[in-house]
Amino acid sequence: MASWPLLSFTTFLPLVGVALILLFCRGTSPDVVRNVRFIALWTTLVTFVLTLFIWINFDPRNPGYQMVEKAAWIPDFGITYHMGVDGISVLFVVLSGFLMPLCILASWEAVQLRVKEYMIAFLALETLMIGMFCALDFVLFYMFFEGVLIPMFLIIGIWGGGRRVYAAFKFFLYTLLGSVLMLLAILAMYYVAGTTDVPTITATQFPRNMQLWLWLAFFASFAVKVPMWPVHTWLPDAHVEAPTAGSVILAGVLLKMGGYGFLRFNIPILPEATEYFAPLIYTLSVIAVIYTSLVALAQEDMKKLIAYSSVAHMGFVTIGMFALNQQGIEGSIFQMLSHGVVSGALFLCVGVVYDRLHTREIARYGGLVKNMPKYAVVFLFMTMASVGLPGTAGFVGEFLVLLGVFRDNTWVAALAATGMVLGAAYALWLYRRVVYGKLVKPDVKAMFDLTPREVAIFVPLIVVVLWMGVYPSSFLNVTSASVEHLIQTYQTKLAASHAASGLSVAAR
Amino acid sequence: MEVLVVFLPLLAFLIAGSIALFGGPKAAPAAGHGHGHDHGHDHHHHAHGHDDHAHHDDAHDDGHDDHHVVAGPPTVGDRAAQFVTTGAVLLSAFLSWLLFFDVAVGGHPRTIELATWIRSGGLDVSWALRVDQLTAVMLVVVNSVSACVHLYSIGYMAEDPQKPRFMGYLSLFTFAMLMLVTADNLVQLFFGWEGVGLASYLLINFWYEKPSANAAAMKAFLVNRVGDFGFALGIFAIFVLTGSVQFDAIFAKASTLTGASLHFLSWDFNGLTIACLLLFMGAMGKSAQLGLHTWLPDAMEGPTPVSALIHAATMVTAGVFMLCRLSPVFEYAPAALEVVAVVGGLTAFVAATIGFTQFDIKRVIAYSTMSQLGYMFFAAGVSAYGAAMFHLFTHAFFKALLFLGAGSVIHALHHEQDMRKMGGVWRKIPFTYAVMWIGNLALAGLPFFAGFYSKDMILEAAYASGSPVGRFAFALGIAAALLTAFYSWRLLFMTFHGKPRMEKSVYDHAHESPIVMLIPLAVLALGALFAGVGFHQWFIGHDRMEFWGKAILALHEHDSIEAAHHHLPGWVGLAPLVVGLIGIAAAYIAYIQIPSLPATFARLFKGLHQFLSNKWYFDELYDALFTRPAKALGHGLWKSGDGALIDGVGPDGVAAATRDIAGRVSRVQSGYVYHYAFAMVIGVVLLVAWLSMFG
Repeated sequence: MASWPLLSFTTFLPLVGVALILLFCRGTSPDVVRNVRFIALWTTLVTFVLTLFIWINFDPRNPGYQMVEKAAWIPDFGITYHMGVDGISVLFVVLSGFLMPLCILASWEAVQLRVKEYMIAFLALETLMIGMFCALDFVLFYMFFEGVLIPMFLIIGIWGGGRRVYAAFKFFLYTLLGSVLMLLAILAMYYVAGTTDVPTITATQFPRNMQLWLWLAFFASFAVKVPMWPVHTWLPDAHVEAPTAGSVILAGVLLKMGGYGFLRFNIPILPEATEYFAPLIYTLSVIAVIYTSLVALAQEDMKKLIAYSSVAHMGFVTIGMFALNQQGIEGSIFQMLSHGVVSGALFLCVGVVYDRLHTREIARYGGLVKNMPKYAVVFLFMTMASVGLPGTAGFVGEFLVLLGVFRDNTWVAALAATGMVLGAAYALWLYRRVVYGKLVKPDVKAMFDLTPREVAIFVPLIVVVLWMGVYPSSFLNVTSASVEHLIQTYQTKLAASHAASGLSVAAR
Repeated sequence: MEVLVVFLPLLAFLIAGSIALFGGPKAAPAAGHGHGHDHGHDHHHHAHGHDDHAHHDDAHDDGHDDHHVVAGPPTVGDRAAQFVTTGAVLLSAFLSWLLFFDVAVGGHPRTIELATWIRSGGLDVSWALRVDQLTAVMLVVVNSVSACVHLYSIGYMAEDPQKPRFMGYLSLFTFAMLMLVTADNLVQLFFGWEGVGLASYLLINFWYEKPSANAAAMKAFLVNRVGDFGFALGIFAIFVLTGSVQFDAIFAKASTLTGASLHFLSWDFNGLTIACLLLFMGAMGKSAQLGLHTWLPDAMEGPTPVSALIHAATMVTAGVFMLCRLSPVFEYAPAALEVVAVVGGLTAFVAATIGFTQFDIKRVIAYSTMSQLGYMFFAAGVSAYGAAMFHLFTHAFFKALLFLGAGSVIHALHHEQDMRKMGGVWRKIPFTYAVMWIGNLALAGLPFFAGFYSKDMILEAAYASGSPVGRFAFALGIAAALLTAFYSWRLLFMTFHGKPRMEKSVYDHAHESPIVMLIPLAVLALGALFAGVGFHQWFIGHDRMEFWGKAILALHEHDSIEAAHHHLPGWVGLAPLVVGLIGIAAAYIAYIQIPSLPATFARLFKGLHQFLSNKWYFDELYDALFTRPAKALGHGLWKSGDGALIDGVGPDGVAAATRDIAGRVSRVQSGYVYHYAFAMVIGVVLLVAWLSMFG
């Protein structure tokens, strides 16, 4: 098994699906379109099963990289094809694999235009996402990381809503700006370390001044992706215009790329800068939690509201990881996973009613519980998970993050905890306006409850959210060793450099 | 057995919920619509909507129980849901009495580990069922009252088309409450805590078409969340101080931490004090203590059985339970206990003052609940935990009885809740009338009724504690006792005596409730009669040390119950009874002898009356302070923060600037060669100049 390149296999399997679609599906007749959909579905399902194999194959006690594959790629520059997963990344691979078939299912009827291209874009996206989480070489990582932009840009720009072009460009420009700076940082590190291999660079000590600049460059890229306040304004627009499945992937996986980047690069490679800039992250995150929660309260568009709530929830993520203790970091990873599932599910909930009434305006709905009771249950469940009700996935992450940061800084904990109240306020306010009240509008009355296809989408999501909430150990066990190792790396390097600077001061 | 007690209601909820969602056989096939589970009743509903709203003409009766819709005979699904849920909770109740005698009376506390929940670094949280004396008492209270309410609901909700959903929610609530009381650590306590909050939200909102119900449900959830904000921070503080969230581990450490300080926000606090105060904030929210109480009266929007179960007997007492559970921590934080006592005393008093100006029968009882919760809190605040728990125990019976009795009145009078439209019906519903007397006698604390034992002990303990806050709480408690007796008999007289003030047809149709509603009333009435006399030896008497075992800790120097037993002036014991009798007499004069008196008083003290009947303007204050600013701020940040500032300077600004520059640059690209040549010459000149200067 060890010799079998499972990671590469999983990463590039979706491209096989792309090839199948390109080879065998010509034309636009209904049969062909059906085949395209089924090929996409089966490809993503098989990929999901493979990601589960990765999870099973993963040894949670080993904190290092596992299932490593290494091959020379551009030997002249020391660039290798290096893949591997540790406890921090492996669950994100599973998350990507899990959400993808649901996205294909969610687009089953909603997307009728250029179905072939749509499915190809999604499959390519999956390859890039999984590759991104597995890559252990900076050049490889950068290719995947940036590559993700392209299909997403197309998905928003072609299959999006009314202002899709504006949203697509805003998305692209924001994220590209950060990326350019990250590329510079990667080049700089290459000059110091002579390699782009991530584990090697992680073991390298960079001078303090350089760390600060490198950190800022990475920060520019990842902060946009997370997104952190104040570079979050692309997200509401992108979400609003993106098709439902696009929003699911955007919220479910793409936002996690930022958080993952912080964990993989900023913290272990640049510990001194991390220590120096942690207050900045705290400040921006706390602002994000409070500010965007308040803004969410004022929204009139369902998707925008959930988009803003995403920013607030990702605020918890960044707070947790920069608490730099076990609970904080594990909590932030868990929060990313749970947010991936829950906010994905919430966007799917919006998609359900959007498919029927073709509007996202909250005021157009009301009283849905009467004619869509099953939908009301699902939506309530996911709303409660988003609010962080204990027993659902949302609670565990939020709780651990707040506990972790309370140990570090009680102000941040107290201010972030206001998100518990504000989060409940906007979520329940949305739910009340959409689902409760009297059912009076004739077109809303005519809406029908969940179809079997939609039930098939939501059942796995509900199961996972409950599982994560009731028995989170399945997930925390996977992350704990690697997180412990991460903290150790961080502290050892920090101590070493402090000692070094102490020595140099003494020498002077 | 413990597992069965807790999880039977969950199972029942899942079954009833499935019936509600996927529908058993429907009463009438849904014609035309085709989807949804209760469409068959749509037409009935609209047909009845109008007469239901006919009595919505009074400004004060916004809490009408009038969403009943005639639904035809119960279906198989309805019956199955009722049978499963009621049966499960009855069985749970039976088993919890067995547990009570084994664990509490027999003295065999135990803990059953179920599974790991959250483990991260030093944090280790388990799913576990801790059944000690304190839990055993709560199990009995929760399951007994819940069983009565389940049974009662079969009759009370007979006309509602969504019986399975209702029964399912009740069982869900019961499960969450059981998880709360069997928690072995703070996090599982929090799980139950939020779980009952969810159930409460769903049940308040049961008639989801009413905007007032929607608003009340949201308010309940949000105000509770404000409390939970403190609760969560309290858990973190405890974890930082003791390194654990598991009760036994915390209790073992607590005594060593008296001097420990905790840096919270920017200040150094006494660690245990700040942790306890934060936890107490959670208790204040859940138990509707002054400041976080505004949701409780509004929660009366829910069906009456819900008010009896959740908003009187069980959920709202969770805060008291929490304080008693954490008594081994609070005992070492005397400053926090003083705060508890003051808040409790003020709550008892303020709620009572509001209670006697309200006209909605359920709201009067709701304020009475809030007031009684205040008593329990200041009992805990003077370290009389046994007395607090005893009052919790007796109160559960007589307050559930009062609510269900009120429900029976409402049921009899075609869903009328305004006491100004009642009166003179005592001959028509004699059974209900009798049990309401029992409930009120117990509430007012007349000798040998349940409340007599528990309330007197609280007041005596408060006095005997000898501390200034104890005396303060005692004074407020006596004043509240006077008001309690007054508004209780005001309720009794306005509802049952005097001239009938409702429409004649309503009066003529008034009828005693069906037997399925009367049985629970009878059971609870027995509780209101005998819960005091039968149990006081165990809870607060000389056997209390053996009875509570290690479940409750009161340091010897704090033990106010001990002090109350031994050195107490005689008048302190008599005072509650005397003021109670005065209150009853005053109500008799004002509502039977001289019925014009209340109006006269209201006119004479117009300002005061307005202030009280508007509930001290808490709602208005909070609206102005929090609700509206939050909305305005949200809107402002969105439009000017995100829109004008960030986007304006950021992407949109950059885009505009790019367009602008590009436009200018494109003008330079004129296509004339001499323009380019000129530009090149300038470039060369500049380059040479630069090189010659710096090169």
